[in-house]
Amino acid sequence: MMQLQRYDLEHQHFFGQEGRLIPLLQQAQQAEGYLTRERLLAIQRETGVPLASIYGVATFYAQFRLSPVGKNLIRVCHGTACHVAGANDISEAIEKNLKIRTGETTPDRLFTLETVACLGCCSLAPVIMINNATHGNLTDRQVGRVLKKYAQAGAGKPEGGA
Amino acid sequence: MRILVGLGTCGIAAGAENTYQALAERKASAAAAWSLAKTGCIGMCYREPIVEIHHDDGRRYQYGGVTPDKVGRLLDEHVQGGRPIEDWLLWASDGRGSEQDYYAHQTRIVLRNCGHIDPEVLEDYLAVGGYQALRKVLEEDDPEALVTSIIDSGLRGRGGAGFSTGMKWRFTRMVKADHKYVICNADEGDPGAFMDRSVLESDPHSVLEGMAIAGFAIGADTGYIYCRAEYPKALERLTLAIGQAEAAGLLGENIHGKGFSFTVRLKEGAGAFVCGEETALMASIEGKRGMPRVRPPFPATRGLWDFPTCINNVETLANIPWIVMHGAAAYAAFGTAKSKGTKVFAMAGKIKRGGLVEVPMGISIRKVIFDICGGIKEGKKLKAVQMGGPSGGCIPAELADTPIDYESITRTGAIMGSGGLVVMDETTCMVDVARFFLDFTQRESCGKCTFCRIGTKRMLEVLTRLCEGKGREGDLELLEQLALLVKNNSLCQLGGTAPNPVLTTLKYFRSEYEAHLGNKKCPAHKCTPLLTFAITDLCVGCLLCIKACSAGAITGERKQKHVLDQAKCTRCGQCVKVCNVDGAISVD
Repeated sequence: MMQLQRYDLEHQHFFGQEGRLIPLLQQAQQAEGYLTRERLLAIQRETGVPLASIYGVATFYAQFRLSPVGKNLIRVCHGTACHVAGANDISEAIEKNLKIRTGETTPDRLFTLETVACLGCCSLAPVIMINNATHGNLTDRQVGRVLKKYAQAGAGKPEGGA
Repeated sequence: MRILVGLGTCGIAAGAENTYQALAERKASAAAAWSLAKTGCIGMCYREPIVEIHHDDGRRYQYGGVTPDKVGRLLDEHVQGGRPIEDWLLWASDGRGSEQDYYAHQTRIVLRNCGHIDPEVLEDYLAVGGYQALRKVLEEDDPEALVTSIIDSGLRGRGGAGFSTGMKWRFTRMVKADHKYVICNADEGDPGAFMDRSVLESDPHSVLEGMAIAGFAIGADTGYIYCRAEYPKALERLTLAIGQAEAAGLLGENIHGKGFSFTVRLKEGAGAFVCGEETALMASIEGKRGMPRVRPPFPATRGLWDFPTCINNVETLANIPWIVMHGAAAYAAFGTAKSKGTKVFAMAGKIKRGGLVEVPMGISIRKVIFDICGGIKEGKKLKAVQMGGPSGGCIPAELADTPIDYESITRTGAIMGSGGLVVMDETTCMVDVARFFLDFTQRESCGKCTFCRIGTKRMLEVLTRLCEGKGREGDLELLEQLALLVKNNSLCQLGGTAPNPVLTTLKYFRSEYEAHLGNKKCPAHKCTPLLTFAITDLCVGCLLCIKACSAGAITGERKQKHVLDQAKCTRCGQCVKVCNVDGAISVD
């Protein structure tokens, strides 16, 4: 996501190759949406870190995914404030609407549904984030309308904000 | 005249970018006698989008709920006509505005610049005295005295544990090494806490300056900021700020020609709550799985890549420049005997004014909730306050007069924590809240030590049973026993504090647990498997609930009272959700 590489590259002789691993994985995921086996093998060749260790890191962190993601990534906030404000109802409503469960992608690859621990906009609870746009103060009845906007726009990004 | 639009994450989520766009268009179309700038979070998240107007003579006006359609009137009446619009006014320097009392009890040290300066412009920070503190310590060239003054200020770690910041610096300073690190812990993972995000988005340079001062004090040459990937705006502004400070010679080689060099690097987290723990955080920077290790050795002696490392939280570091400029005594003048200064709280939950508040230590919880934040939403009653996130606990309404300081909060069984304060009313089920937190810590447990990995899992199973009406005799005792085992035997503080939400709710709301266990009832009507639904005479026969019921438990004709078959009811609660008539479906 960010340009974090320079310092790590400069100092790799000092810190070894391992310190570069997470930024490299982040870069790979940024490029392809998920970590392909080919990419992981390339990182292994480049850094010399064993594939098993790379896989260990990739599966430890919630950010990394090993399977492709839908065109629109829906992240339902399940922070404390959102939970108290009914985040479960929102998740349920989206699951019902898209006919998938949390963690899954729709067969048409239009939506992937995930939960996130906290998006940090608690005063707008309950909140969901679709791609980079945040939709706050939702009710389970509004969910369908929000999703429809994205479905109609297909791969495009409708106007953000709620 | 300058017009500022609050463009923190909350503001953007509320549509502030559209407001900014509308203002920019107006500015382009007319020969405007005003400048337009972005700013961070003012703290009143509940009234976003917020626009602030600075007059050249120093008068300031804050407007809330400024959607793009209101921009025209605001410009015509206030900017052109010179008549502030009282209806929209939140706060004005002349004493007008509906939210004056929101600020009246606050003391803003950490948030001193938030919402007033443009975080993307270095000159804005310099204009309010930015980087003067760094210059001062470099000119005085007495790191030992600097450490002593931070100890004297009484500043304690704002990440939650509350260890003396100055002492931490002293320990790291004492160790001899040719290389040392400062790490800024910006892995704000507690659900319900967003003050670090806000500071990073609204005033990133103050954190960088604090880091450089810490680096000078302990003799470090490199700083790392470990920031959550979930905070794209904070990462973006930090990257920008680091570049600006380097270009201006405020970071990098030989700062101010005083022979001190300090480089700051940004590390993006990858979504693991446990990385907020300092040894796990360092493992993550080193590119490993973020798992904690046994302390000692403490990071002060063996930290990042085995070099001495000082780890401070965002809020702690943002305090540093202020303390250097105003002196330890000025800082210690705020607060109580053992807890000095101020604390920022992220207020959320069933509260009228949710957002950021910064208060002097020692103020009561009640005062923060009622005097500053306007009390509970929809006229409901305060039931409990959750402090410290998954590591903290629930403080009941009876203890609302507890002063906010490290020791008093710890005595209740909660912890000060990083500053998330979630307010709960009578519709919140405390067993469900405990289950929610355990569900979180159980998922985030790194799995290294047995007590945390398996203990939290077993605790979650008991709590889930209770919420589903399948509680067994002896469950509460089992829960208590497990909680104490996990608390006392876990390797790191994730496991060591994970039982706190359970222990505090068991202590203060035991009757609620007993109702779930014995009577199979949820007094707050939250756990749907424990509820009984019934259709009352108020039913108008609209057929909505019949369509919504997936179990086919409701039958009836249009315009006739429907009938609910208890034997078929799966207690999913969908009927209540779709029903448009208050009281037509009773819940017990």
